[in-house]
Amino acid sequence: MSTNVQDIHEDHHHTPSGLMRWITTTNHKDIGSLYLWFSLLMFFVGGFMALIIRAELFEPGLQLVVPGFFNQMTTMHALIMIFGAVMPAFVGLANWQIPIMIGAPDMALPRLNNWSFWILPFAFTMLLSTLFFDSGGPAAGWTLYPPLSLQGGNSMPFVILSIHLLGISSILGAINVIATILNMRAPGMTLMKMPIFIWTWLITAFLLIAAMPVLAGAITMLLTDRFFGTSFFTASGGGDPVMFQHIFWFFGHPEVYILILPAFGIVSTIIPAFSRKKLFGYDSMVYATASIALLSFIVWAHHMFTVGMPLAGEIFFMLTTMLIAVPTGIKVFNWVATMWRGSMTFETPMLFALAFIILFTIGGFSGLMLAMTPADFQYHDTYFVVAHFHYVLVPGAVFAIIAAVYYWLPKWTGKMYSESLGKLHFWLTTIFVNLTFFPMHFVGLAGMPRRIPDYPVQFADFNAIASVGAFGFGLSQLLFIYILYNTLKRDVTAEDKVWDGAEGLEWTLSSPPPYHSFEKAPRVE
Amino acid sequence: MKRIIYLLALVLPSQILADWQVNMPRGVTPTSEIAYDIHMLMFWVTVVIGVLVFGAMIYSIIYHRKSVGHQPAKFHESTKVEIIWTVIPFLILVACAIPATKALIMMEDTSDAGITLKVTGYQWMWEYEYLEDGVNFFSKIDNKSNNARRLNSGKDVNNVENYLRNVDNEVVLPTDTKVRLLLTASDVIHAWWVPELGGKKDAIPGYVNELWINIKKPGVYRGACAELCGKDHGFMPIVVRAVPKLEYEKWVSLKKDNRVAESQNIGR
Ligand code: HEM
Ligand SMILES: [Cu+2]
Ligand SMILES: [Cu+2]
Repeated sequence: MSTNVQDIHEDHHHTPSGLMRWITTTNHKDIGSLYLWFSLLMFFVGGFMALIIRAELFEPGLQLVVPGFFNQMTTMHALIMIFGAVMPAFVGLANWQIPIMIGAPDMALPRLNNWSFWILPFAFTMLLSTLFFDSGGPAAGWTLYPPLSLQGGNSMPFVILSIHLLGISSILGAINVIATILNMRAPGMTLMKMPIFIWTWLITAFLLIAAMPVLAGAITMLLTDRFFGTSFFTASGGGDPVMFQHIFWFFGHPEVYILILPAFGIVSTIIPAFSRKKLFGYDSMVYATASIALLSFIVWAHHMFTVGMPLAGEIFFMLTTMLIAVPTGIKVFNWVATMWRGSMTFETPMLFALAFIILFTIGGFSGLMLAMTPADFQYHDTYFVVAHFHYVLVPGAVFAIIAAVYYWLPKWTGKMYSESLGKLHFWLTTIFVNLTFFPMHFVGLAGMPRRIPDYPVQFADFNAIASVGAFGFGLSQLLFIYILYNTLKRDVTAEDKVWDGAEGLEWTLSSPPPYHSFEKAPRVE
Repeated sequence: MKRIIYLLALVLPSQILADWQVNMPRGVTPTSEIAYDIHMLMFWVTVVIGVLVFGAMIYSIIYHRKSVGHQPAKFHESTKVEIIWTVIPFLILVACAIPATKALIMMEDTSDAGITLKVTGYQWMWEYEYLEDGVNFFSKIDNKSNNARRLNSGKDVNNVENYLRNVDNEVVLPTDTKVRLLLTASDVIHAWWVPELGGKKDAIPGYVNELWINIKKPGVYRGACAELCGKDHGFMPIVVRAVPKLEYEKWVSLKKDNRVAESQNIGR
């Protein structure tokens, strides 16, 4: 052990400075920061595309863009937000937090860690560059359904290669997370004593390793269909377009849980801290997370109830999907029970976590409605689905990420953010997010299909409201940038134990923590 | 409050033509009605659960806060309540699953249909073939909408009647008749959907999917393609005119006569 510590110290003295420091870094905090900044950049790139979409949909008729470009925007927006914003943000949080929460000096595989980050800028440069091709970027939706996706222009091989790179990056990151959690916990920290955020990330990492190769297989078959004369998915060559959807959603549904399980972990960390009460039902939280992860592999076809499955298939996927609501419900009940008879205060991270519970649950409710096959025949591919997944992803996953940033930022930087600005950010964000996405339920039920650049005039009013909300939401996030800048510039130092109700090893370290977090492993009782 | 709503209405475009429909239409077929019933059942189930859960949460936020001097309790687990809130939701779900499964069985039963209509999706129009009656035609967006929808068309779409909801050739179907639709596509995947006639079904190249409708009320019902099918996906509406059986038969023979006349014209 002591020789190990020596080695690490040696490394430390050779650390280059300036740009090379960031390119060659193997330090978990540096890499965590890179991931988080990159993710923030992608939020704005993807957000900009969303605003183009909402500007075009502000009123009926085409005013700004042609339909082909509109479809490129919806496709790119989704790919950027899922693979560029939400997933890297969670990996960034994992990098920063896992070592300091389990009492380790760094991640288990630091060089791999460097590589999994630095793949991302190349992958996204390639993906975004397709927008400047003569034939434009991908326009078949993020789900890339053939035969439509096979009609795309020259962008297709570039998009597929970049998704492959993102998959490799995710898998490497997941391997690192698993290796770190299973091997580097402080003595005394048994699995069932791990912080809940660590548990959710461990399970997420297994989901990533299981799901990403499936996506890789599906898009490789698309590639060979297009360029090498195979016809996996082309009916005229004996292939099956529906098969692609099965493979895609076998990846796709676990993917949506990859996007939410770490968020569950964050909220399960923040709610007890500001309720000054231990998390209610820790064990059942762990089991619920694990069962959600397992169930997520047998529900995929609820995304394709309208493709004409046999009756038995429709019934099976309806029932399994409904079943997922049980462990999801357990989580929500446990959060409320944690707050119950606590001693709550409402700092910014807590506000975002509370909004998460309510708004994510609303997304869960619409999920439950969508699970009912007879009704889904009506909901499917309408704005009702758009409302559902934005509720679980924006005030769900994204709110959890923002909450985590406010919660741990003082620890990371040693500086305290401005609480009043943080609260302002919270209220603006929460109001606008609902203004944007709630009316989408209405137009969806009234019959507005998704992925259309123009719509009949009967949907005009709710669409105008949603567009106003979207611009308000986007502008409010500029305040977030300012708050981050302001925190770094301010002279308000944070204590080591920033929040009086918080528990965990990270609060025993200084703020900011030392370069090699825990050089000596702490003992956990 | 009223004043704010008026103000908002002034700011919003096209408020005269727009309506504020917020719910799924109940529709005019057995399948659309059952979809609506399941939808409302689930809606109310989630409302009740929501009121209970959010109610407890809001109560807790108001009374269990530090600023009113509330001291934190020490409890943090209870197998009993965990079991309760696993079993009760499970039972609620079972109660919902039973009518849903029944509905599904009914919706998927396409047997004993009176007439069969084959629908083929193209980029970007529909082809309709009445298999028994030998009528067939293409149907695409009408010219008025199609001209107005272009970028910089200079036309105010609010003045176009049934903007994006009108076609050149309507589908005519008899009421009180079980109609079996056979759906397929020639290029990419489309989906045929008229909300008031019930759910949608994908039209997939190489597949023939089935869907049945039985329209109870004469009228004009409008829908659209529901699966992204390329750049003009937003511009392939569907219009179904439901008429009493006798009228339908007249329409069929008229169509056929036209057909014969046309072919004779070409022959000459
Ligand atoms: C109670 C839990 C949930 C249930 C029962 C549920 C159910 C469903 C169903 C049935 C659909 C398909 C709707 C359709 O296309 O007709 C759907 C779509 C979707 N859900 Fe959920 N969901 C749940 C939670 C989540 C969570 C936690 C996320 C992600 C954080 C999520 C993200 C999505 C996304 C992204 C789509 C749309 C994908 C697409 O077509 O592009 N859902 N959900
Ligand atoms: Cu799913
Ligand atoms: Cu379409």
